[in-house]
Amino acid sequence: MHAPGKSNMSEPIKTDVLVIGAGPIGLFAVFELGLLDMKAHLVDILDKPGGQCAELYPEKPIYDIPAVPYISGQGLVEALMTQIKPFGATFHLGEMVETIERIGDPSFRVTTDRGKVFEAKVVLIAAGGGSFQPKKPPIPGIEGYEARSVFYAVRRMEDFRDKRILVVGGGDSALDWTLNLAPVAKRLSLLHRRDAFRAAPDSVNKMRGLVAEGKIDLLLGQVGALEGEDGQLTAAVVKRDDGSNLPVQCDALLPFFGLTMKLGPVANWGLELKDGELIPVDTATFETSEPGIFAVGDINWYPGKLKLILCGFHEVALMAQKAHRYVFPDKKLFFQYTTSSTSLQKKLGVA
Amino acid sequence: MVQITYIHVDGTERTVDGEIGSTVMETAIKNNVPGIEAECGGACACSTCHVYVDEAWAVTTGEPSPMEEDMLDFAFEVRPNSRLSCQIKVTDALDGLVVRTPERQA
Repeated sequence: MHAPGKSNMSEPIKTDVLVIGAGPIGLFAVFELGLLDMKAHLVDILDKPGGQCAELYPEKPIYDIPAVPYISGQGLVEALMTQIKPFGATFHLGEMVETIERIGDPSFRVTTDRGKVFEAKVVLIAAGGGSFQPKKPPIPGIEGYEARSVFYAVRRMEDFRDKRILVVGGGDSALDWTLNLAPVAKRLSLLHRRDAFRAAPDSVNKMRGLVAEGKIDLLLGQVGALEGEDGQLTAAVVKRDDGSNLPVQCDALLPFFGLTMKLGPVANWGLELKDGELIPVDTATFETSEPGIFAVGDINWYPGKLKLILCGFHEVALMAQKAHRYVFPDKKLFFQYTTSSTSLQKKLGVA
Repeated sequence: MVQITYIHVDGTERTVDGEIGSTVMETAIKNNVPGIEAECGGACACSTCHVYVDEAWAVTTGEPSPMEEDMLDFAFEVRPNSRLSCQIKVTDALDGLVVRTPERQA
């Protein structure tokens, strides 16, 4: 646990529980916490809720949610969003928690990479496999050009004005940025392994239109090597299907190769870690080695742990019981069932 | 059971038994064959079980599905004979199959 080095942080947002990760387990935590009157804010690096379900397998079937013979990844996320609606949790998407500092007993100050500050009695780490970060294409030496002439995201389009840009990829990100940057670039080329695209058909049509008008180039192949000096790219060598190499002059390379999960800052929060990547917890409460900080879902570990959504659901139910003692130290907790308790049903808006 | 041979980039050949109905990826993992990672566990949601199918077996093994092609976009050095091994089902017709693992998985 260490103090954040930034000044200029915004006014702290105060809440009962700060949930790190808005995947299925972070989402269901809102429900269990809400039944016990605890308010939550959630932080997630993706621009949408749902974690791995929404990002990796929205269309794929899940067969092992108890009582649900079949549901798609995205279907599960939508069902959970409906289930937690009565509790009005606030989502902070597109940002990542960077630091956690203990300021009370328990009370925590949590900061994000966008300068947000939270103060909460309890922190719940539901970070799954880590935060989703852009996947690096397997091109030797690419690290040497990163942040100078290789970019995995576009923050400001103006930075690319009058540059010779090579966009690589076949999905929505690659096509969207091709269309957005074409008017700004000196010259833009789109490179893809094959002449078929995963992106939305409308975007693909617009791209083909620009190619037909001679405004951008469409190249087929894969980047085999990069040429340049001191972090400044001068060309990318494209390997084609027939084995030939085509050097493509460019000042900037934008590869869109999807997302991958990285543990990131979780490793820096002073928590005991198992094998450097999982957070051991007590199975009665799912509390970590730090009182007031809990870990649930794929990120935690305990004897017998299985990385299943249904296990995460169980974990948040028990976690909420202990969290209640920190958030409302003077209130007694009575165990109730949603089927028979009028007060719980009122909270759900069904009584 | 059928025989499947995996050739590593360093030239080592490993021939193992594949159960009918399993996949070429599962057979590799069960038999500790190096060079295949299968991060997503066979869901066609990554590109780390990438293999090159030996020319002699290309026709019998078949072409990638559109979903598989989408994921192959992310693989390292994709070639015309590239497949995701989690999408190749082991059948009697593949007895003697030879695949090569790439220099690296993305």
